[in-house]
Amino acid sequence: MSDFRDFRWTPENAREAERIIARYPKGREASAIMPLLWLAQNQMRDETGIAWLPLPVIEYVAAQIGMPKIRALEVATFYTMYNLKPIGRFHVQVCGTTPCWLRGSDEVFRACFDRGLKKGETTPDGLFTLSEVECLGACANAPVMQVNDDNYEDLSYETTLAVLDALAAGRTPKPGSQIGRTASCPEGGPTTLKELA
Amino acid sequence: MPKVTVDGIEVEVPAGATVMQACEMAGKEIPRFCYHERLSIAGNCRMCLVEVSPGPPKPQASCALPAAEGQVITTTSEKVRKAREGVMEFLLINHPLDCPICDQGGECDLQDQAMAYGRGYSRFAENKRAVTEKYMGPLVKTVMTRCIHCTRCVRFAEEVAGVEEIGALFRGENMQITSYLEQAVTSEVSGNIIDLCPVGALTAKPTAFTARPWELTRTDTIDAMDAVGSNTVAHSRSGTVIRITPRVNDDVNEEWISDIARFGVDGLRERRLDRPWVRVDGRLREASWAAAFASIAARAEGVPGERVAALVGPMAALEEMVALRDLLTGLGASRIECRLDGSAVGEAPFADRSHWRFNTTLAGLEQADSILLVGSAIRHDAPLVMTRIRKAVRAGAELFVIGEERELGAPATFLGDDLSALAALPEAFLRAERPAALVESRNARAEVLAAVAALPLVREGWNGFNLLHTDASRVGALELGLVVPGGLSALAADPPELLFLLGVDEIDLAPFAGAFKVYLGSHGDRGAAAADVILPAAAWLEKPGTFVNMEGRVQRSLRAVFPPGDAREDWTILRALADRLGVRLPYDDLATLRRRIAHEWPQLGAEGLAPAPWVAPDVAGFGAPSGPTVRRSAGFYTATPILRASPTMAACVAEIVEGRKPQLLEAAA
Repeated sequence: MSDFRDFRWTPENAREAERIIARYPKGREASAIMPLLWLAQNQMRDETGIAWLPLPVIEYVAAQIGMPKIRALEVATFYTMYNLKPIGRFHVQVCGTTPCWLRGSDEVFRACFDRGLKKGETTPDGLFTLSEVECLGACANAPVMQVNDDNYEDLSYETTLAVLDALAAGRTPKPGSQIGRTASCPEGGPTTLKELA
Repeated sequence: MPKVTVDGIEVEVPAGATVMQACEMAGKEIPRFCYHERLSIAGNCRMCLVEVSPGPPKPQASCALPAAEGQVITTTSEKVRKAREGVMEFLLINHPLDCPICDQGGECDLQDQAMAYGRGYSRFAENKRAVTEKYMGPLVKTVMTRCIHCTRCVRFAEEVAGVEEIGALFRGENMQITSYLEQAVTSEVSGNIIDLCPVGALTAKPTAFTARPWELTRTDTIDAMDAVGSNTVAHSRSGTVIRITPRVNDDVNEEWISDIARFGVDGLRERRLDRPWVRVDGRLREASWAAAFASIAARAEGVPGERVAALVGPMAALEEMVALRDLLTGLGASRIECRLDGSAVGEAPFADRSHWRFNTTLAGLEQADSILLVGSAIRHDAPLVMTRIRKAVRAGAELFVIGEERELGAPATFLGDDLSALAALPEAFLRAERPAALVESRNARAEVLAAVAALPLVREGWNGFNLLHTDASRVGALELGLVVPGGLSALAADPPELLFLLGVDEIDLAPFAGAFKVYLGSHGDRGAAAADVILPAAAWLEKPGTFVNMEGRVQRSLRAVFPPGDAREDWTILRALADRLGVRLPYDDLATLRRRIAHEWPQLGAEGLAPAPWVAPDVAGFGAPSGPTVRRSAGFYTATPILRASPTMAACVAEIVEGRKPQLLEAAA
């Protein structure tokens, strides 16, 4: 797979692609472009360890749904979820939007910087790529960062370091809140409706 | 029909009209960048803000808002003024202040509207964004830092040109317009994005840094590169045509022109015939007009009329064709042939005007609900007819093609490259309410014409029988009756002794090797190389001329510049030569010649489209056509001597057809 021109769906993904395309009315197959690109990016991660979309892969997806190449490229360049350049094994996306910033995203970034991550760059060992992103939709658990498909929430300087170190050591830290609360329940347990009625 | 009030003026607008259109009907000017009446609505520049009530309290983008009954629209309020100033300030945030070195300067929408609707200063103190230039081919120069993201070029490429090769990558401030992977845009009408671009982001590469619009003299001309008869403006300075731009004519070219019409013009400066030449001892030598005429007169001496003939090339105007016809009539000759491509139209039973015309008319083709192409080279033959077909297809028409499979820029059903398919056309075409067939001139053999004429194309209020000509001279010549029974092959079978060539470069002259050939033309091309006497003539922009387009529409072109050197207008050469040969042509000036034309052919005497009621041809006795279609032999960018002489067209062949990157990029790589 040197220049990715031989990219083909795996049998499972080929079935998944068919299923995605079937969601849209006939003649509107182009609507499937976003899930298909996402599927392709995930397949790239499974096959090469790096989740990204080389041009031949974008063209392959576009050809499947009869979409002009430039239109597919427009979509792929518009959304930040598609990586047009190779990234590290872990895509560390730290939210810097106001709620996370107020709750200490600067500390999260500091932890990343201290582990050698730089914004928009991949670490020399190919493990981490750091991006600053806008709202990840988990403001109640701010500050938050997303690593590949998992959210790590309620972060501090120390817990961020712990997550990064665990990932670097090949372990998978538990996703979700890093201070032990369930989803966005109040810290330290319920404050109202303490008893079931 | 909703009634709306615009600044106190009550107007009734057609259903489906937008607020902007309502404002225009009320005589109000609405500034805009992204809106273009021939493209889909994008609504992304926000320049056309107006106040509309009832509605939200903020100003509304009028281009995308439907006009509704009872709306009160305000275009001059303080709020609207401030909103427009704000939008303009935003647009100018990233627009460089390089107007003095910008080719758009003087004809720039942004410049004009910044003057009229801008604030005159900016509060933006930060650095401006810079965008790399994008390679789009040899015709369109890009300076993408100037781009204001109106996406007119993107919409044009998709909707009108039918090539989805231009797009907007990335988003927000980082949005960049580019062709896919910076490849040359492969459209035949790509030059129009230069006119569409409201700023200087897309400008004409061949004329970069050449002239300012206010230095140029504008002359209304008619394009002679194909048979559409596009209305054009020739911009000239100091006796040189610098550039050509379209003129709006909704019946013909809307406001587009093809790339050869726009950029082929620099061929006028190269390889010109600027003095007469006479072949002496097998070699062409420069000569005076008198010597050239004497040599023709000496050779014509004693040649009987039936041994004299003439061929008419693709770019001849009506005037010289009539003068040539009169000259030959004076010599007792009647054999003049204009159909150099094997077309059989013009001969019985296809000798009526309605048989060689584009009967739906170009604009009327948009009404067709099913279209059949006989021959598939339409993108090269007549790019602007293809844009009409694209409009029809977008409106729901079906497109069927007999011919080689090619990318047409519109969904099409190919019925195979065998003319026998005419006998088994799909029901969808045969049952259509308004079917149109377009027969390529080179495929218009008698049996093909008979088979198409037998189709149910003609009914009350609709005639779908169309000939797709490629030569600007052709319909005019057919109306003048410049046909020889049997066509070119009959002429070749009985070759004349004296042969006049009126700008004929495209055919093999070997059958006429024994004839004494007099070539009238503007460029030293194939015809001139084979000639015994060369008479240098004016090219189409260098003479006032009448052209009849494929619809039969008579259009007058004016002289933009004078021909070079000793070259003269064709009809005056023929007039003088006739005198020398003892034939008196009864006209000394253009007005008299045109009166002579109007007298014998009243339909050619006045501009416009004279009706040609359908005369059903007698198609009995023709066999069913079969075999593959005749392919177009000429390249799009090299179809005429003028194009072959053009350096810009040579660059198009190298970069678009052959796919080579320009030298600068090669050097950088």
